Amino acid sequence: MNSDKAATKRKPEPNNGGCTGTSTNEDAVQAQTPSVAEESPNHLLYKKMEKIVEKMQDETTGVPVRTVKSFMSKIPSVFTGSDLIMWMMKNLDVEDQQEALHLAHLMAAHGYFFPIDDHMLTVKNDNTFYRFQTPYFWPSNCWEPENTDYAVYLCKRTMQNKTRLELADYEAENLARLQKMFSRKWEFIFMQAEAQSKVDKKRDKLERKVLDSQERAFWDVHRPMPGCVNTTEIDIKKACQMNKPLHGLKNMHVGPPRMSPSTSGINSNSSQDLLKKQIALLKSRLERRNIKVSKAAESFVAYYEQYLEYDSFFVAPEYPNPWISDNPELWEQEKQAKDISARRVKRWAFSLQELLQDPVGREHFVKFLDKEFSGENLKFWEAVQELKALPQSEVQSKVQEIWMEFLAPDASCPINVDCKSYEITKKNMESQDRWSFDCAAAHVYHLMKSDSYSRYLRSEMYKEFLNGSKKKTSVKGIRSIVSFSARKDNVT
Amino acid sequence: MTETESKDCPTETIESLTKEAEALKKKLEDERQKLNDVTLATVAERLDIINYMNIKPRRTLKGHQAKVLCSDWSPDKRHIVSSSQDGKMIIWDAFTTNKEHAVTMPTTWVMACAYAPSGNLVACGGLDNKVTVYPLSLDEDVTLKKKTVGTHTSYMSCCIFPNSDQQILTGSGDSTCALWDVESGQLLQSFHGHSADVMSIDLAPSETGNTFVSGSCDKMVLIWDMRSGQCVQSFEGHESDVNSVKFHPSGDAVATGSDDATCRLFDLRADKEVAVYSKESIIFGVNSVDFSVSGRLLFAGYNDYTVNVWDTLKCVRVCLLYGHENRVSCLQVSPDGTALSTGSWDYTLRVWA
Repeated sequence: MNSDKAATKRKPEPNNGGCTGTSTNEDAVQAQTPSVAEESPNHLLYKKMEKIVEKMQDETTGVPVRTVKSFMSKIPSVFTGSDLIMWMMKNLDVEDQQEALHLAHLMAAHGYFFPIDDHMLTVKNDNTFYRFQTPYFWPSNCWEPENTDYAVYLCKRTMQNKTRLELADYEAENLARLQKMFSRKWEFIFMQAEAQSKVDKKRDKLERKVLDSQERAFWDVHRPMPGCVNTTEIDIKKACQMNKPLHGLKNMHVGPPRMSPSTSGINSNSSQDLLKKQIALLKSRLERRNIKVSKAAESFVAYYEQYLEYDSFFVAPEYPNPWISDNPELWEQEKQAKDISARRVKRWAFSLQELLQDPVGREHFVKFLDKEFSGENLKFWEAVQELKALPQSEVQSKVQEIWMEFLAPDASCPINVDCKSYEITKKNMESQDRWSFDCAAAHVYHLMKSDSYSRYLRSEMYKEFLNGSKKKTSVKGIRSIVSFSARKDNVT
Repeated sequence: MTETESKDCPTETIESLTKEAEALKKKLEDERQKLNDVTLATVAERLDIINYMNIKPRRTLKGHQAKVLCSDWSPDKRHIVSSSQDGKMIIWDAFTTNKEHAVTMPTTWVMACAYAPSGNLVACGGLDNKVTVYPLSLDEDVTLKKKTVGTHTSYMSCCIFPNSDQQILTGSGDSTCALWDVESGQLLQSFHGHSADVMSIDLAPSETGNTFVSGSCDKMVLIWDMRSGQCVQSFEGHESDVNSVKFHPSGDAVATGSDDATCRLFDLRADKEVAVYSKESIIFGVNSVDFSVSGRLLFAGYNDYTVNVWDTLKCVRVCLLYGHENRVSCLQVSPDGTALSTGSWDYTLRVWA
């Protein structure tokens, strides 16, 4: 891995022209290390940024780059922050200036362009000058520069007697630290720096200015100033994934298998199995009965309309939102079982699940069932939920207990399940686990939903509770905290 | 159903199988197209446009010494557990911003943490490949009662308690998910099907809670039956790693966030992708997604330090939340939907409302 990177790093430096300048080198590198670039989790991002940068660098439609005369000297190849932001507002689908500035800041932090005399890679919407980075230094070239390279670079800067190359405080500190770290190698580092410095001195003055700044920006990306984000960091999960040897396998079943059967029989068998599995999966997917998108869409809209009132991001809750008002009253009221709001009781009618989720609702429903002498279904269903939540060690005895209480011939609290579910459950009892009663429970739940629950909703008991509940919100009306604008078709 | 039944063809070659698979794929694609009668955004045209949302940062939780990698709301709606790269797990009273516990883990990179439904127990793990539970009590050192429940063969990327303090469901870099018994540490069920690292899992909100969804670096989103260990449905479409999965509150769909800089909505009943949430100017990957209570808003945390708020129905962005100074690694809407928590590589957590 290291040698690969070294190979990438030792590429001959291309000229500062267009992005196509590196293409031949890049091809060679990619042939050597086909996966490194592709597998870099940041690679997708780099590609997208580079597409934008290429557009920015277009000679006619890009950001205007100039050489500015200032005082006694010239500042070559720069553009202003305000020109950049203006270009971005015009050419990218950013919403406002803030978003353009944010994106510009991120692209600068990744080193695609940089302020010409600031270590902090950010963008301001003013007349500050910025310069494009040469593609050679783009992060997509799989840079992972080592400390020795950094030492050579800092050392070199101390040799050039120019104000613009003076080390910043933190750089001087870094240099001191590196010198300590590489004390035995320092002579070697010094010599390398000297050699590089000599080469630099031979360059044309303006070209040197550009190259110096580009090199500095490169190190500002890879060894950022304290307080700046290091954008080259990789998510540890993605880094772990890249280190896995079998990584290439994940694409195997997607594309057509390329290996010939003669080279490795095992492989061809396994890919055959993979294909068979894939075919089985496709067939099962074809057999599924699916609904139309329009129907799915309608259900999402209906769900939104039903729950809008309960969505704190749209409608203020009954008591002030604790996070905004710094008053936890909302949570305290919720815990108390008195003064139940109509808004809350209304929700019980949405679904049986909603009713059972609210402790007050569940209690009220139990009372109703007791009056109807049909409490056993809910008891059974709840016992099954309890069973599922038990530690493994207690599952066996609970299964027995549930069987004895609800399903056995002499059950103390018998429930009515259809014979199909009963047979399945009976069979499940041979190999008892936490899912043994799932089928029966599903059946009972369905019964409750279609029978007792709908009768509950129509009952005087529910209606009375709903009418007796606190009317706070219904009097005041729903206070929308979001500004909606009417649908377009209403405007005309 | 298909003309080329595999049984009719005794000499199954890779070519014939590939051909058959291709034919089936095409057929499936055609079937899908038939169901694709109208887009979600068209149906949602009749809804009002969300013009302006007044979501502001309300709390900042400072205390981690390194990147925040994961966080989870307590069922009490005001506490948060968070884990960080420095090997610390912190229990916050987010309302007062006080730290109630700070637990040092034996490993750095604690990638996942979760509150148990009782609120008395938390689980966490990461590069140690393990999931460890800590019973919370104010009286004594919580590390005294810690317990290692399960071990994967690679890092543990995500964990969740499936409606019980007694079980824990984990996802791992070893490309599997696993259901563990907390008391005994027994592996109750393992879930094989992904071909790369599992990044995220979420439990179906249905009353039975027997299914869950997983997202992986193989770009796939799989729906699992917890009882059988079988994958019952799969969704493709993302062009890169799926970093986050979350059930729509109705349980009928799953939202995803990916390194391809898009969020998507996959409907379980239509068995297909029904929406893509993306913009040309959004180029960074998504780490975490979550819904508001009504399912209308989808919050998504990005590597570009922002949270984008999407209108899931009209499929447009509603607003951008700025504030974090590095990648947003995790986010979650609080259990009662009153707030949004975000965790970031800038070492802080924030609560927005």
